[in-house]
Amino acid sequence: MQINQEMLGTFIEKAGLVSAKVSQVKTLEEAFAYTAVLCDGKESCPLLVSGCELNLSEPSVQLCKEKTSKIIAAPGLDKEQFASLRTLCEYKGLELIDDGLRRHLGGIDVGFTVCDLGIAETGTLVLNSSSEEVRLATMVCETHVAVLPQSKLRATSYDAEPELLQFMGSTPNYLSFITGASRTADIERVLALGVHGPLELHILLWEDK
Amino acid sequence: MQDTNTLKEYRNQCQEALDDEFLRKAMDAFAKAYRTNRVNAFAGINEKALIAEIAAAKDGAISRLPELYEEFRVKAEQAGVHVHLAKTAAEANEIICQIAKDNGCRKIVKSKSMTAEETLLNHRLEADGLEVTETDLGEWIIQLRHEGPSHMVMPAIHLSRYQVAELFTDVTKKQQDSDIEKLVKVARRELRGKYIEADMGISGANFAVVETGAIGLVTNEGNARLVTTLPRVHVALCGVDKLTPTLHDALRIIKALPRNATGQAITSYVTWITGANACATGPEGKKEYHIVFLDNGRLAMAQDPDFRQILRCVRCGACANVCPVYRLVGGHRMGHIYIGAIGLLLTYFFHGREKAKNLVQNCINCGACKEACVAGIDLPRLIKKIHARIQDEEGHALPSVLLGKVMSNRKLFHTLLKTAKWGQKPIKDGSTGYIRHLPMIFGKEQDFRALPVVADKAFRDEWPELRPKKVDNPRFRVALFSGCVQDFVYPEQMKAGVRVIDGHGVDMDYPMGQSCCGLPLVMMGESESARDVAEQNVKAFDLEKVDYIMTMCASCASHLKHTYPRMLGDDPELAERARVFAEKVIDFSSFVHDVLGVDKDDFKEQGGQGKIAYHSPCHLCRGLGVTEAPRQLLRKAGMDYAPSAEEDVCCGFGGTFSMKFPEESRELLNKKLDNVKASGAGELVTDCPGCVMQLRGGADVRKDALRVRHIAEALADRKK
Ligand code: SF4
Ligand code: SF4
Repeated sequence: MQINQEMLGTFIEKAGLVSAKVSQVKTLEEAFAYTAVLCDGKESCPLLVSGCELNLSEPSVQLCKEKTSKIIAAPGLDKEQFASLRTLCEYKGLELIDDGLRRHLGGIDVGFTVCDLGIAETGTLVLNSSSEEVRLATMVCETHVAVLPQSKLRATSYDAEPELLQFMGSTPNYLSFITGASRTADIERVLALGVHGPLELHILLWEDK
Repeated sequence: MQDTNTLKEYRNQCQEALDDEFLRKAMDAFAKAYRTNRVNAFAGINEKALIAEIAAAKDGAISRLPELYEEFRVKAEQAGVHVHLAKTAAEANEIICQIAKDNGCRKIVKSKSMTAEETLLNHRLEADGLEVTETDLGEWIIQLRHEGPSHMVMPAIHLSRYQVAELFTDVTKKQQDSDIEKLVKVARRELRGKYIEADMGISGANFAVVETGAIGLVTNEGNARLVTTLPRVHVALCGVDKLTPTLHDALRIIKALPRNATGQAITSYVTWITGANACATGPEGKKEYHIVFLDNGRLAMAQDPDFRQILRCVRCGACANVCPVYRLVGGHRMGHIYIGAIGLLLTYFFHGREKAKNLVQNCINCGACKEACVAGIDLPRLIKKIHARIQDEEGHALPSVLLGKVMSNRKLFHTLLKTAKWGQKPIKDGSTGYIRHLPMIFGKEQDFRALPVVADKAFRDEWPELRPKKVDNPRFRVALFSGCVQDFVYPEQMKAGVRVIDGHGVDMDYPMGQSCCGLPLVMMGESESARDVAEQNVKAFDLEKVDYIMTMCASCASHLKHTYPRMLGDDPELAERARVFAEKVIDFSSFVHDVLGVDKDDFKEQGGQGKIAYHSPCHLCRGLGVTEAPRQLLRKAGMDYAPSAEEDVCCGFGGTFSMKFPEESRELLNKKLDNVKASGAGELVTDCPGCVMQLRGGADVRKDALRVRHIAEALADRKK
């Protein structure tokens, strides 16, 4: 498929503006490797979840303790893909899950998803999150790694509209537009990332055929 | 949350806000940053066209809300949603309490919803013993402080990091640092536990899309995703005005809403929920999902031919962001629950006349909100209309009625003005043209700017001698409209205007039947008298014999042009006349620059006159969209025009506003004069006699070495 370079350029620029880290990968395996390395390299102490180093109330301190290893959640992959990622994780001593996220609400390190559409004009990812595991994986993680097949890139939200309607048409449906990391400016209008959801968003543009 | 009884009490509250140094600094910084961010956010977008499209689509939906509700209900029910329609705020709260009871819920997490603020939902839930936690950071902060929001998008904008740190220290029982990033992380961890414990999530909705039966949620923090995912029950509370036929409508609004709210191209998250989704802890693995639509007067409002446009609002908060009054007093004073310009209106409709009656007066009519509104709502006009309506309902204040009576009788009004010059003798300071000792009725708080005296001879009385010789085959036939201030206080401005125009082949006339334009009456809420003077004025001009009706008062110009056709539009005998009249109205600078094409060679070469600053009157730059003509004129006349900061922000006059809210008027004036001072200018010109009155009087009291004049006077001086 012919990739519109201009559209790609716009996407990269706009996603960058909201501090998403954008890279390009040739294969899904490359994306897996990226994710494993990222998780492995994260913090020196595997137990540290962002915010847990601070002075928290007793119940919150307890919640922090629930996390005992480095975890990647990758719901929504097919068997083969999941196995391929697991090999990498095992090698690095990382825990990999694709369900049961409700048992990890204290926090996980990386949420890994393959997105359904991209919208270039705003650097937005569209993720069908009808699966609860997908919703949770992308919200309770510290870092969200999102793979966007380049063939799924659309110029504007209007261009994506027919496909959006299709998703919404197969009910029930939970569809998310994600643009950058979770953010707030509620204290003195100072921008801070990661107020509830991920602190970082990594986008891997996948040169799918 | 403004809820004072008397205007005096309200003014006292506003004064307290003015004395709050942190608030003032925060608001100033925000107002300035927002302006730049907004401009950047809309770069490369045809903003006006987008706004027009949004307004048209919204209007289409507003005209058939009951039908849309039915369609949505059917669609959503098919997808397993329970749909409710609540007539009143209390009913909505009851429905939600019942859902909690039916499902045995005890702990609730909420994401941001202005509609839930509107119904005071939390109070009701807590009365039932339910534990409610707001999860939007700003909302959580104000909930912990037991306060209402001070901004629709940034509810805790009035608080400092130190206040938040103190609050979090209380909540966690551990000492907290005032570092913002750390505070945000503390909230992240503390709230995480709340989501986990909760068995019910309450969200608002930015859209209810009829064609899909989906709701759309626009958020930055992502808390709405957790609120709608973790608890087994989800209730979305949604005003019926959020119903929109197609996804396309919603996508269109998303192109504008975040840009206008925070200068973002889009928020971090937009969430679309269609039907009862999977939920591991829900009955049969599904979410128990309810949508409660709230009427609370909206459906009736949709029937009102004029006020229905209020329902276009997408709650972006921009009408507060750009409001000079909001900037001064903050959201707790510029609203009851809803805030900013739209807040003044919604308070009346949702929370009643008592809560609105003082609030609606706190609008200087500068038009900044109207220009920024992404839904194209004519906010300032509707605010005046509500003010008038409240007066009609409650009875008009005596001074206001008298003013109306006097002003709609031109002869009486003019006689009074002329005799005023005898009355002011003992208080007039002969050399300066100011009233030196304000009569008792004005009170001490008016002393922040000197007030001018009435001129010895009104412009109308001088006209027979002043009138230039008849021009044969004139290029243009122009009728002058002076307005009261230039007629009776500053006739020299009119004379200067005439001198600038003279010699350009223009035949000028001054119809004697003209009177006050009526804007002060609108500001006082006297709409009937305002209509009377409009009729008199329209009849005073022989429209077939004039090409332009030129006025040197920006406020008159914008009022004549925009309000007359509307005010007289329902009178079959006057509608057409008013339309033609309005079409011919033009302001001085546009006439001289754009129509006459006055150029460099019309002026003397004159150097070394020092820098000159310009104040852009609200009713010229926003009211008429005129920004370039006056600045070009300054340059063409060889003046050293020195741009100053915030040239188009209101000077604080606003006619009767400066009498009613002198504390605010004074602050706006001082800001303006500080900015001019910083530009290094020794002279300040503008296009409106009202602004001249305010600015000159202020400069005099401050003893600034600043000459303030109408632009026509500066041009006349330099004319060859
Ligand atoms: S007209 Fe000006 S003062 Fe009045 S609400 Fe709008 S922005 Fe505020
Ligand atoms: S009235 Fe207009 S500017 Fe104000 S919140 Fe509503 S849409 Fe935004």
